[in-house]
Amino acid sequence: MNKDQTWYRRFGGWLEDRTGVSAITALARKKDVPVHRHTIWYYLGGMSLFLFLCQLVSGILLLFYYRPSANEAFESVHFIMAEVQFGWLVRSLHAWAANLMVFTVFIHLFSVFLLKAYRAPRDLTWMSGVVLFVLTLGFGFTGYLLPWNELAFFATKVGTEIVGVVPFIGEFARNLLRGGTDVTGATLTRFYAIHVAILPAATILLVGLHLLQVQRHGMSIPPSVERDGSTRGRMKFVPGFLLRDMVGWLVALAALAALAAFFPAHLGDKADAFAPAPAGIKPEWYFMYMFHTLKLLPSHILGLEGEMLGVLGFAVAGLFLLLVPLLDRRRGPGETSKLFTIIALAMIAYIIVLTAMGYMANPTQ
Amino acid sequence: MAGDHKVKPTRRKFVNWLLGTSAAGYLAAVVYPIGRYLIPPLSGESSASSVTLPFPPGDVALNSGRPFRFGNKPGILVRTETGELRAFSAVCTHLDCTVQYRDDISRIWCACHNGHFDLTGRNVQGPPPRPLDAFDVNVRGEEIVVSKRT
Repeated sequence: MNKDQTWYRRFGGWLEDRTGVSAITALARKKDVPVHRHTIWYYLGGMSLFLFLCQLVSGILLLFYYRPSANEAFESVHFIMAEVQFGWLVRSLHAWAANLMVFTVFIHLFSVFLLKAYRAPRDLTWMSGVVLFVLTLGFGFTGYLLPWNELAFFATKVGTEIVGVVPFIGEFARNLLRGGTDVTGATLTRFYAIHVAILPAATILLVGLHLLQVQRHGMSIPPSVERDGSTRGRMKFVPGFLLRDMVGWLVALAALAALAAFFPAHLGDKADAFAPAPAGIKPEWYFMYMFHTLKLLPSHILGLEGEMLGVLGFAVAGLFLLLVPLLDRRRGPGETSKLFTIIALAMIAYIIVLTAMGYMANPTQ
Repeated sequence: MAGDHKVKPTRRKFVNWLLGTSAAGYLAAVVYPIGRYLIPPLSGESSASSVTLPFPPGDVALNSGRPFRFGNKPGILVRTETGELRAFSAVCTHLDCTVQYRDDISRIWCACHNGHFDLTGRNVQGPPPRPLDAFDVNVRGEEIVVSKRT
C-alpha cells in the first residue's frame, strides 16, 4: 500500500474492495436533469421524499412514549405534549409534515399527470407513484386515529363505514379494518400496526422501485417542451440539482419548525364511544372533498343508496388514475393529449371546489 | 419420438410437479394462518334486549334528548314537547356516526353529514337512507326501561 495516501483515501479503497460502492456514485455522477420552463416540477418528488424522511424520524421519536390502547393512547399523547421536553415540537412536526407531505404528493401527482410524464416507458413509475399516493392517504387516515380523540374517533367511524358500503366484500373489509363490528380499542391497535409497520415497509419498498425506475428512464421532457425544442441543456444531478433540492429541503424544514411552533397540533377531547358526534366535525383537509361529496349526495339515486354511488365513483376515479398510461393512446414524442389535460384539470378543479365548499358550509344547516 | 416425449411422464416433470405443489402447499400453510389471524374473532352482537337507564324520567326535560348505552351501541332517549318519551338507536343509518337531539329544531340530528330525523326516527333530510331503529320505552315508577321491538 502506498504510504503517501491519506487515511480517508485508504479507507475509501478498503470500502470499495468490499462493497463496490463506486458503482452507485458513478450512477449518481451520470444522472442529469433537463433544464426548461417546467423544470421546477421535478423538485416535488424529492420534496415528498424529504418530508417522508421527516415523518420517519419524528414518528420513531413518538414511538418512545406513545401507547396504543384505548385507555392510554389519549393520555400518552397528552403526556408527550405537556410533559416530555420538546414533545410538543416532535408531535407538531409529525402532524405538520404529514400535511405538507400529502400536499406535495398531490402536486407531484397532478404535475406529472399534466406534463404527461406517465407515458411509456414510465408507466410503471406512474403506477408505483399512484400506489404511493394511496399509501400516503393511508398514513394520514390511520395516523389520525392514534391520538384517540373525539374527532379522530368519528372520522374513523365514517371512513371505515365507507369501506362497508362497497358491494359484496364491504362488510368483511370493514370488520377486518376495525378488528370487529365497531370502532374500538381493537381498531386502534390495528391502525397502529398498519401505521407504524405495514405502511412504512410498503412505502420504503415502493419508493425504492419508484426511484429505480426514475433512475433507469431519466426525467421525462414534457410534450410541449419537446415540440418547441425549448430545452436549455441539461443540469448534472450531482451537485447542481441536488444542491437546489437541498435548498428546498432546508426551506421546508424551516417552514415546518415555524408551523409547529406557531400552530402546534391540537389534541381535543378524548374519544367517547357513547357521546354524540360533535357539531362541526370534519376530516383532514385532504379528505374534505370526498366528505363533502358524500354530504351533498341525496339518500337515494336511481334506487341505489347515495353514499354507495359516491364511494364507487371515487373508486372508479382512483382506478382511472392508476390506468392513465394505458388509457392515453397518444405516446409519440411531443404529441399532445388534450382530453387527458382536460380530465386532469377537471379533477383538480373538483378537488379545490368541493374542499372550499366543505370549509364554507355551515355545519349545523 | 417427439409425440412419445409429450405423453410420457418424465422424471424431470415429476420432480417439477412435486416441487411446485410442495411450494404451493408450503405457501398456503404460511398464508392461511396469517389470513385467519387477521380476521377478528366474532365478539357477538350484544344480546341485551332491554336496558334500564341510569337516570329517572324527571331528569329528561321537555324538548330534550339524552344518550344512553344499549349493550355496546349508543341509544338516544327523547322527550317530545308534548312530554312523550321515545327511544332510538343513536347510530346514524348513513355512515355509523352517533346522532344527537337538537332542541332548536326539535329533531334528531347527525353532525357528521348533516342528516335529520324526525321524532318518529324517520329520515327527513340529508343523506341518511333509512329511519333510526326505534325502541320501546316503559316507565316503571322512577325507572325508564328501554327494550328492543320484537
